[in-house]
Amino acid sequence: MNPVDTLFVIISTAMVLLMTPALSLFYGGLVRAKSILNTMMMSLVALGVVGLLWSFLGYSLAFSPGNVVLGGLDHALLKGLDGSVRDGTTIPSLLFFGYQGTFAIITAALVSGAIVERMRFTAYLAFLGLWTLAVYSPVAHWVWGGGWMHKLGILDFAGGTVVHITAGTAAWVAATMVGPRENHGRQAFLPHNVPMMLTGAALLWFGWIGFNGGSALAVNATAVQATVNTMLAPAAAIVTWMLLDFWRFGRATAVGAGTALVVGLVAITPGCGFVSPMAAIIIGALTAIPCQFAIHYRARTRLDDSLDVLAAHGTGGVMGAMLTGVFTTEAWGGPAGLLDGNVRQFLLQGVGVMATIAWTAIATWGILTLIRLVAPLRVSARAEARGLDVGEHGEEGYSDGEGAILVLATPAGLVSATATYPIPASENGS
Amino acid sequence: MKLVVAIIRPERLSAVLEALYRADVRGLTVTKVQGHGGETESVETYRGTTVKVDLAPKVRLEIGVSEPYVQATIDAIVAGARTGDVGDGKIFVMPVERVVRIRTGEEDAAAVTPIG
Repeated sequence: MNPVDTLFVIISTAMVLLMTPALSLFYGGLVRAKSILNTMMMSLVALGVVGLLWSFLGYSLAFSPGNVVLGGLDHALLKGLDGSVRDGTTIPSLLFFGYQGTFAIITAALVSGAIVERMRFTAYLAFLGLWTLAVYSPVAHWVWGGGWMHKLGILDFAGGTVVHITAGTAAWVAATMVGPRENHGRQAFLPHNVPMMLTGAALLWFGWIGFNGGSALAVNATAVQATVNTMLAPAAAIVTWMLLDFWRFGRATAVGAGTALVVGLVAITPGCGFVSPMAAIIIGALTAIPCQFAIHYRARTRLDDSLDVLAAHGTGGVMGAMLTGVFTTEAWGGPAGLLDGNVRQFLLQGVGVMATIAWTAIATWGILTLIRLVAPLRVSARAEARGLDVGEHGEEGYSDGEGAILVLATPAGLVSATATYPIPASENGS
Repeated sequence: MKLVVAIIRPERLSAVLEALYRADVRGLTVTKVQGHGGETESVETYRGTTVKVDLAPKVRLEIGVSEPYVQATIDAIVAGARTGDVGDGKIFVMPVERVVRIRTGEEDAAAVTPIG
């Protein structure tokens, strides 16, 4: 075990773990006030549900020896994970497990942006767990666990394919199957707290240094390269997005800048350890263009991928994967790319993208179909109008704290402390 | 002239504004309010403290209109705000003694929107 590398990955694990609460701020700011708690919970519960499933089964399916499609059960229930060094790294296997777990958590949480403000919470919980095991674990195995993508030489340094293309594709399928929010296309749904969204974006960037830089799993030149690339690509994306905003609408928007930042991060994720810093700038700038068009186009369609997971993470993930095939170069630690005359690498990247989209779409459809057989995927129109915070969680995000009547639990049931009205039976489920 | 005051569900505001616009009723004031009109209360729990929330979030519209537009305004609000469930709200129509448009000094019927 190398103590410096180990410390580096411990810090990176904490940073990536912070990305999920950061995402809950980002998403929470973008929805309407009446559903903010539900939206934030969808990210926060991933920390619990996916974290547990990762230790029971998810990690093993992704990272223990198996075939080219799926890992085995060697590490199920944390078996064999301890302070001993994991093969191919200089850090303990238990730390590698924890670090990878933070990736599984944020990926599942990303999907929630597609179905906010109308999906039933319990149906979402089932989806979260099944999706991690059926989509995230296999694809992580393909790329990082010794699976077929790894063997073919398809490049994905920190998870452009595993994290962003899977999340984007799942978002598209889930938004279609759950259906649009009531009045989507007839009524505008505006972000209720843009400062919160921007705070989340800033924290995502911070965490992403641990996501990309930490993926080197050691303190070395690759970690430095990935860290600086993670600083530069979003910078280029923000400026490009702003210029597009000026050109098309005459004003630069804050929501646009916050979105651009994330798009730049998505774009550089697969290539950050294989491309030069100048290439990172180009990748960030080039990816901002189709992402902005995708977001503006999506808003005019029937697809209510409410927080544009497909347009930002799907489009950005595909752009990043393909541009990695263009700009990867031997001088910066990768194989030769398209610019060096290696057409094969570019085509391989395309194969990785297509296979990931295909499997994610099929599996996501299957999971949601299964859940729908047992229970509806969305809340009633009435509950949706009232907001999911009160209906699904019995809480309000912005109650002013006054005017509510204290309820006491007595042997006869719930009774108002001031004894004005009886508690209606429909609300007395607890 | 009448002052039409309506208390409606927040989620019906867009539909009401659209219906008012179609009815050529322009010029109104919107306030976020809380109220209780007999609908089901919600029971919420915060760290073991259970409360009954009687006051539901509502939106209050105030619209000054000339006589020919009173019924059109009421119809538009009802069309936009009705869901059929308890808690759809109420409309109050009140006589108005005098109206002054600050910008021009116009008064009464000339000052309410629309000019009947």
